[in-house]
Amino acid sequence: MSPAIPILLALALGLIGWLAARSRAWAMRKAVRAEGGELHSLPNYHGWYVGLWAVVPALAFAAVWSSLSPNLVLQQVLSDPAAQGLPAFGIQRDAILAEAQALAGGGGATGFQKGSAALVEPFRAAMHTYAVIGLIVTLVLGFAGGAFAYLRLRPHFTARTRVERAVMVGLLAASLVAILTTFGILASLLFETARFFSVVSPVDFLFGTHWGPDPMSEPSSVSGDRYGAVPLFWGTIFIGAIIAMAVAIPLGLMSAIFLTQYATPLLRKWMKPLLEILAGVPTVVYGYFAALTVAPLVRDFGHMIGVASASSESALAAGLVMGIMIIPFVSSMADDSIAAVPQAMRDGSLAMGATKSETIKKVLIPAALPGIVAGVMLAVSRAIGETMIVVMAAGATARLTANPFESMTTVTFQIVAMLTGEGSFDHPATLSAFALGMVLFLVTLALNFIALRVVKHFREAYE
Amino acid sequence: MSDPATLSRDARIAARLNRRYAAERRFKALGFVAVLFSALVLAFLLVTMTANALGGFQRAELRFPIDFASGAMTVDPAQLEGANAMQVLEGAGLKDVVAFAASQSLGDAGAAELPDGAWREVGEALIDDPSRLGGTFQAALPASDDLAAALRKDGQPQLRGLADQLAAQGKLVTAFDWGFLSRGDATGPQDVGIWGALKGSMLTMLVTLLLAFPIGVLAAVYLEEYAPKNRWTDIIEVSINNLAAVPSIIFGLLGLAVFLAIFPNYRSAPLIGGMTLALMTMPVIVISGRNAIKAVPPSIRDAALAVGASRVQTVFHHVLPLALPGILTGTIIGMARALGETAPLLMIGMRAFVASPPDGFTSPATVLPVQIFLWSDEIDRGFVERTSAAIIVLLLFLLVMNGLAIYLRNRFEKRW
Amino acid sequence: MNTLHTLDSIDPKITARNVSVYYGEKRAIDDVSIDISPKYVTAFIGPSGCGKSTFLRTLNRMNDTIAGARVEGDIALDGVDIYKSGMDVVQLRARVGMVFQKPNPFPKSIFENIAYGPRIHGLAASKTELEEIVERSLKRAGLWDEVKDRLTDSGTALSGGQQQRLCIARAIAVEPEVILMDEPCSALDPIATARIEELIDELRGNYAIVIVTHSMQQAARVSQRTAFFHLGKMVEYGKTSDIFTNPREERTKDYITGRYG
Repeated sequence: MSPAIPILLALALGLIGWLAARSRAWAMRKAVRAEGGELHSLPNYHGWYVGLWAVVPALAFAAVWSSLSPNLVLQQVLSDPAAQGLPAFGIQRDAILAEAQALAGGGGATGFQKGSAALVEPFRAAMHTYAVIGLIVTLVLGFAGGAFAYLRLRPHFTARTRVERAVMVGLLAASLVAILTTFGILASLLFETARFFSVVSPVDFLFGTHWGPDPMSEPSSVSGDRYGAVPLFWGTIFIGAIIAMAVAIPLGLMSAIFLTQYATPLLRKWMKPLLEILAGVPTVVYGYFAALTVAPLVRDFGHMIGVASASSESALAAGLVMGIMIIPFVSSMADDSIAAVPQAMRDGSLAMGATKSETIKKVLIPAALPGIVAGVMLAVSRAIGETMIVVMAAGATARLTANPFESMTTVTFQIVAMLTGEGSFDHPATLSAFALGMVLFLVTLALNFIALRVVKHFREAYE
Repeated sequence: MSDPATLSRDARIAARLNRRYAAERRFKALGFVAVLFSALVLAFLLVTMTANALGGFQRAELRFPIDFASGAMTVDPAQLEGANAMQVLEGAGLKDVVAFAASQSLGDAGAAELPDGAWREVGEALIDDPSRLGGTFQAALPASDDLAAALRKDGQPQLRGLADQLAAQGKLVTAFDWGFLSRGDATGPQDVGIWGALKGSMLTMLVTLLLAFPIGVLAAVYLEEYAPKNRWTDIIEVSINNLAAVPSIIFGLLGLAVFLAIFPNYRSAPLIGGMTLALMTMPVIVISGRNAIKAVPPSIRDAALAVGASRVQTVFHHVLPLALPGILTGTIIGMARALGETAPLLMIGMRAFVASPPDGFTSPATVLPVQIFLWSDEIDRGFVERTSAAIIVLLLFLLVMNGLAIYLRNRFEKRW
Repeated sequence: MNTLHTLDSIDPKITARNVSVYYGEKRAIDDVSIDISPKYVTAFIGPSGCGKSTFLRTLNRMNDTIAGARVEGDIALDGVDIYKSGMDVVQLRARVGMVFQKPNPFPKSIFENIAYGPRIHGLAASKTELEEIVERSLKRAGLWDEVKDRLTDSGTALSGGQQQRLCIARAIAVEPEVILMDEPCSALDPIATARIEELIDELRGNYAIVIVTHSMQQAARVSQRTAFFHLGKMVEYGKTSDIFTNPREERTKDYITGRYG
């Protein structure tokens, strides 16, 4: 049975409640008006009141049930005699259960796993039982809620106030999602990181210089000297904060200056969207571009200038393309900052007989500097969090080198590598991804936080 | 040159002018070069992708006639009406008929380069129009990956002679491959298609939209219209601003640690992917929504309140409709970003090989950017072209979405 | 208009003949002719929107920075057309300085604010010479005693009146021949205004000063020559004392007696 059925039924109940309440309110209004009175709220609000009471509790239950019932189903199947033959633990047991469940649900045609066929029937039975229970409770809740609300309707019932209060609660709940998300990120990262640090010491992780986790090793034999993340931090900084910024800052800044100060309106009209297109290209496309086109060029150039170690996956290729990706970002931040400098400042300089470039270099840029610096910080935070370009073009080898033609790995690359590899979820190698994620999150958070403050102060300074 | 100190003031100024104007010209040229560089990189990227993609929308086809009229296969056309028509054809020996016709026309070496499952395309054509059973059918079937590579002067050298020979006879041709847009993933570049990934993307985006849009708009309304100035509101605002700048891969970690822990059965499913991307898109919608609501002048609110509307009525009857174009613009831009997102979806297992298009929100799926990423690992020239073709499709979708956003902005955004 | 040439016996610093200014299609200044004397303070008065600020900005070509602005007619500085092709605006503005309505010190130190002009124009051969220029300019602007101990403080940290005197000192530092002032006191309190007015009086004679003001009292206090603008036209130009006591034109009289404005 599809999970959509209880939801649809609850909504249908709500609609019925809405219609019934509205027509009752209309009738009440007629009666009250005959005596010269008036309803407190419009009939529609009575409708919404009853509708909400019918739908909200039922839907809330359906949501909880849909996440609870798979476990209940599993419990019942495991208590079935047919489940006695299952392996006690491990991947095979999970695979058999998953397949039996898929077969019972009607997906998948053939059984690959031995023993899954015997579990199909218990699964089907259990799923049916719990689906029916869920449906019945949903309907009862919907009906009870609707009836409770319907019986409360009176001419002086403050339906509008109550509906509006519900709306406000909904609005508040929606804005709390942001806090919940932040909290969820922090909690999940903290939890898994703590598990990682119970095996590998934070000191080894943060200051060690050798990175080479083996996801297939015995978890108990893991030692901290393979989990030194310094080469990853260096690779991330070298690619994201040095090479990419060496491309993005001058080009982005000069683009912003040219487009705002020199370009004719026509040129600006065409070039600005062009930069926006550059910002809208998905990172996976940049990654492919870096790997397919830029990396070989960089390698050949490296060989040409006599760098024998130039590799086809290089920090330079990834950094260059990342820099290009960041240009529009730096440019628009610089644009905003320069635009925030009052016109009077520019006039003051021009009236002294300064040329345009002197005005820009000596007055506009110094005045806009806090905003530009904040923009660069945001750009750095974006570059070090960028994943696809480095995954596709930077390489997997953790190296402490300043040679941009060699392959180099980054924090984001290793997060992807550790979580899409072969290791089990509990292995320290897998958990290390969360520790890396934690570091990345904290660093980007700090950069963003400082940058947003600087921007705010900067804006206020000129208002 | 005389000592500057002895020069008059005007002469001193004049003496420096040439140098100053040269610096001015250099600076301006530098700015122009910077913009030009971005334009050229974009052009270079698009040109290389398009050039590669031209091959990706095509496939190498073997063309030969199959004579059904001669009676090598007896099938009652009426049997082809049912659901298991393909089994009927298989039972009647269609595979052998196709193989025989291929070896007749292409020779044994040529027929060997017809992939095993290619006869199914003939079967589909027959099911479409059973009357074809009464005549000669001009089959155009995909060549093997090796032969396709040989036709490009690529891959195994020993097949190139055969490829040249068949091509000269007009039996091996490169033709536009409509199937690329309607097939799922496969193991060889000749057989892959993007429909599976595209459908996965659409389902994922639908989930994202259904979650992020209402939550984002309601949060924006709350923060802009009702939120009291207090510590909690500050925390919400700081959270939203920071979430908008958190690296996307972190959202993937959240999806992995939270969503997949709650719904372990829905690994790789559009539902989980959409939920993860919704968290990422929501802050974008909130921020653009707030700006749009802020742009509605207070006089509108005053007018509504003055006729006795409640605060909720004021917002939902007057402010929101006026702010809607701006909110929609922001939503489309946020959705476009989500559509191109790859990294968080890798985290929640949407990188699995999924051959058949997903048939619901809970079945395993992949999305277009992840498909591109998966294909990009293949070094086969045929895959390079297919990857580029998929990129062009993705870029077209993004172009349409952004174009729509710009249209909305220009068409509906009022200046107060 | 014949009276113009006989107003002063010495050669005029700036001569404007039949000047019109357009913003796109709109004509902001209509056929204005005027001579600016090197010796005196000339005040432009008139109701807001009459074009007096626009006309002021044509005198050092600051209108160039406004997109769509177009100037017709002739404006000459010491007999040289400042709108001729090949005229260098950088040199022109070094000779014709400007002080704006709102004090606009650069967000740099007080010293750097004054040193900016001499630096870009290469007026100081050495650091000591630059320091001399800064000191001299600040002294002439009457600001030296107030800031000599904190030259490295930001110019934006000064009070409004001090900021405006800093801007005047900044203009003086490049030794211009003309100083244009666009309502220099409109953002200041009365005490700071009085201080600036004194300063203008002290500077008179060394520089040709043109001041735009909306205050007739201020025009009467600081200027020797006054031009009355109305709806983009210059209605009357003459000795300040004549304009205020014995205007020839009816519109001038109405404005001065407060009938409109």
